[in-house]
Amino acid sequence: MSDLPLRSQLAVALGRTAAKMSRIAGRGDGSVIGGRIGLRLDPELLTRLAKDRKLVLVSATNGKTTTTRLITSAMTPLGEVATNAFGANMPTGHVSALASAPTARYGVLECDEKYVPMVLAETGANVVALMNLSRDQMDRAAEIWLLAGKWRRALEASPQSHVIANCDDPLVTWGASTAKSVTWVAAGQHWREDSWCCPECGGPLDRQDTDEDSDWRCRQCHFSRPRPDWILRGDQIRTPDGRVFPLSNLALPGRANRSNALVALAVVAQFGVQPEQALPLLSEVKSVAGRYTTVEHEGRSIRLLLSKNPAGWLEAFDVLRPAPGPVVLSVNAQGPDGRDTSWLWDVDYRILRGRPVWVAGERRIDLAARLEAAEVAFTLVDDIDQAVMAVPPGHLDVIANYTAFQSIRTRYGRVV
Amino acid sequence: MSSDRIKIVWIYPDLLSTYGDQGNTIVLERRAALRGIPTETVHLRSDEPVPQDGDIYLLGGGEDRPQILAAQRLRADGGLNTAAQRGAVVFGVCAGFQIIGHEFGGEEGQPLPGLGILDIRSGRGQQRAVGEVVGDVSAELNVPRITGFENHMGATSIGPGAKPLAKVIAGVGNGDGNGFEGAYAGRVVGTYMHGPALVRNPGLADLLLTWAVGAQLPPLDDSWAGRLREERLNAVLS
Repeated sequence: MSDLPLRSQLAVALGRTAAKMSRIAGRGDGSVIGGRIGLRLDPELLTRLAKDRKLVLVSATNGKTTTTRLITSAMTPLGEVATNAFGANMPTGHVSALASAPTARYGVLECDEKYVPMVLAETGANVVALMNLSRDQMDRAAEIWLLAGKWRRALEASPQSHVIANCDDPLVTWGASTAKSVTWVAAGQHWREDSWCCPECGGPLDRQDTDEDSDWRCRQCHFSRPRPDWILRGDQIRTPDGRVFPLSNLALPGRANRSNALVALAVVAQFGVQPEQALPLLSEVKSVAGRYTTVEHEGRSIRLLLSKNPAGWLEAFDVLRPAPGPVVLSVNAQGPDGRDTSWLWDVDYRILRGRPVWVAGERRIDLAARLEAAEVAFTLVDDIDQAVMAVPPGHLDVIANYTAFQSIRTRYGRVV
Repeated sequence: MSSDRIKIVWIYPDLLSTYGDQGNTIVLERRAALRGIPTETVHLRSDEPVPQDGDIYLLGGGEDRPQILAAQRLRADGGLNTAAQRGAVVFGVCAGFQIIGHEFGGEEGQPLPGLGILDIRSGRGQQRAVGEVVGDVSAELNVPRITGFENHMGATSIGPGAKPLAKVIAGVGNGDGNGFEGAYAGRVVGTYMHGPALVRNPGLADLLLTWAVGAQLPPLDDSWAGRLREERLNAVLS
């Protein structure tokens, strides 16, 4: 960092001070404000901080934070790794992450989907991991077909970047297919409501699913699933050279995390870290910024699951304890959640029939109307405490969207 | 209702279903079932012909490209126009609202032909309308004040062959400067209240069902949908 221009050094130092003050004031981890001040003083700070480092960008609708964490863990054999571990996934957060690890030769940056073109242009990242795209917070997020089109143009203009992309997601495949070099990973796709049509021509996509493989192709044009290099099947992965490894030791639950792990293995292989070395490091990740954390309260083991959109809820349902295990659902609609709750109607809640279900959060009436229509019995509570104390001691799963999740974390202790 | 059940046709969920549009089919099915009326719902993909015997046709929202594709395919098919002419109920939301009109704005705002089922014309507005919308419904429809969430960049003007669905109390609505939200003519209704517009507005859902059945329906205990509607109206208007 000492080879940064004086102005950039000053920008980094002032940003760091602001971040520290923000932390002291109890206003989060300070990475956004720190980065904002740094970028204000030196608009090219991100480019300067990225110089001479090997960088990975990680983007998707779901799983960005977790996969960033998995990759970072698996890269530890290479030395110090800079990362935005707290989900501050815009350039301000990237600046903070890189500035706070000045000697790190490697960086793994979670990147908001919309910012991929800008951050790619400014950092020239070596590896870009693209995992899935689905409907998400429409009042503030971009439309995903449009977004994938922007990825295409950005990757075309960045031929030095190697892309790791999920070929089971047709829109991601289309978004990645302008890249000069791509490793295709078959990481699965469970939410398919946003990929019935060919992203290339709009024609119908035909799918063929067997136990062994899951194929798709357009009925009208040439666009079809590329041949995968890495494959996830059940809880096993297959490497490009045909070796098979079990993912059964992964601490993070569910098929979505097996997908995330596959992407992480493919990314670190680019840097020479082999699966046998990476897998034990992936297993060390037990919770990610509170996700999947279990907190103990009054004899209840409360497991916190974050779900922000329909595809995310599908994955949360996948890891629930079997029925009749009790579940609390909590939904808010503040800025970070999206102020529109329409997405509740894209989630199929019928899977919760036959369980005790509690409904909390600022938009619990929206959820109540949704569950009533799905004929799911539920109890409305004003506060999550009422639900926690109403279930018998033992395990309780809580699914919440972003700000609801954060307030529950604060309530029961911020265990990371 | 042509048979012993209400046939609901959800038009092209593969193109026109961005955010909760499925809610409208679920609510219609549920409110019919609670009155002992069976329903049959067709999730019609865009490579399939539009069935002519539907009672209620639903069109949801969509991005620019899917909207253009949906309009092209519906025009080529012709089935929705035929159904509307014989008096079927049509309910269009956002992109679906624009498509049933004479024209709408394409990716670059260029005018593209719609189905011409409803006498409206849409183009690209100046800025995106995002947020809660509330409106007082045209008196002849006898539907209480409507509440929804709008998220669009359209500007829609209503021709002499259609009437405004509602007068805007809060929010933007059609965005052509006249203070209206949505439009209707006969049994064809369109609105910018996106996604599950019928969820928060059980009165509007029942209007469509009443048209389909051809008779008044017994009232329902609307506890949750009714509470939701009240809560949203209070949140926006207080």
